[in-house]
Amino acid sequence: MSGKTATTSNNIAQARRTVQQLRIEASIERIKVSKASADLMLYCEEHAKKDPLLMGIPASENPFKDKKTCILL
Amino acid sequence: MKTRRTLKGHGNKVLCMDWCKDKRRIVSSSQDGKVIVWDSFTTNKEHAVTMPCTWVMACAYAPSGCAIACGGLDNKCSVYPLTFEKNENMAAKKKSVAMHTNYLSACSFTNSDMQILTASGDGTCALWDVESGQLLQSFHGHGADVLCLDLAPSETGNTFVSGGCDKKAMVWDMRSGQCVQSFETHDSDINSVRYYPSGDAFASGSDDATCRLYDLRADREVAIYSKESIIFGASSVDFSLSGRLLFAGYNDYTINVWDVLKGSRVSILFGHENRVSTLRVSPDGTAFCSGSWDHTLRIWA
Repeated sequence: MSGKTATTSNNIAQARRTVQQLRIEASIERIKVSKASADLMLYCEEHAKKDPLLMGIPASENPFKDKKTCILL
Repeated sequence: MKTRRTLKGHGNKVLCMDWCKDKRRIVSSSQDGKVIVWDSFTTNKEHAVTMPCTWVMACAYAPSGCAIACGGLDNKCSVYPLTFEKNENMAAKKKSVAMHTNYLSACSFTNSDMQILTASGDGTCALWDVESGQLLQSFHGHGADVLCLDLAPSETGNTFVSGGCDKKAMVWDMRSGQCVQSFETHDSDINSVRYYPSGDAFASGSDDATCRLYDLRADREVAIYSKESIIFGASSVDFSLSGRLLFAGYNDYTINVWDVLKGSRVSILFGHENRVSTLRVSPDGTAFCSGSWDHTLRIWA
């Protein structure tokens, strides 16, 4: 019997913790998705030019792209 | 975009990799217990160490480039300093930093060489001091194994996101140990989480074959990257430098490149002969590296 009450009080304690955590999470300040996505798009636009994988950089500047073989004259 | 370098040398599945801040060196770990440091420009191996356990699921490069951290089935995270001595014995200088009660799934240095953040199959994440091995903070809240973590980009400060087998992605405050936000929209284990470059959002890749984008300020999922033809789980995700492209490695051996803003697939990359297990974009964004169960790593540019 005491074992059963111990587990139920454990469950209650756990449920209390969950409710407390949910209360904390529910109370955070949120912004509208329209504003959030506008900010993400703005960030992408601002940094797009500097993104090598997006824009591509000349082979001479990319250490991974193979350069032309050197010809000994 | 195609494979520019193939790094061969691991004897078994490659499980994890990380770039050094010098944009050139890479550390990778594999199922056979080997951790190798490569020079990605020349494909030469610079250091190699054999761990006492198999399945080294996590490895990370220190910000200074002078050490690496790794761990797996040994339930620990160990730090190895890197030297350039002729006959270096890396195993001798090993320092055990983290101790969990189950396998180590992910590890990452914070902004300095002095602290390491770890995620484990025991359902917790923890922050450790490297020098003393002391536990600085632990993060409890996941209901199952934690599979991945990522630190917020430095300007946004002391938070990190973790993803686990309980299908939840949770954002934590590193100082208080408190979970500040959680997201539960995936249908299966979350294998990988990565912050958007601005720090205001993060992407996740999951066994439910989708990748999703969550905005932290709006506190909700804002995009799903999926296709009916993609039925295998995404094991690893990373953003390009501007955040416009999301690279995701899948268990069907391919890498899909998604347009983050439009939600559509830009391209699909073939090359690996087995599951892609890990994927990271280089620090300057010129290339990305993928590691696979086919024992190789590939650099794509």
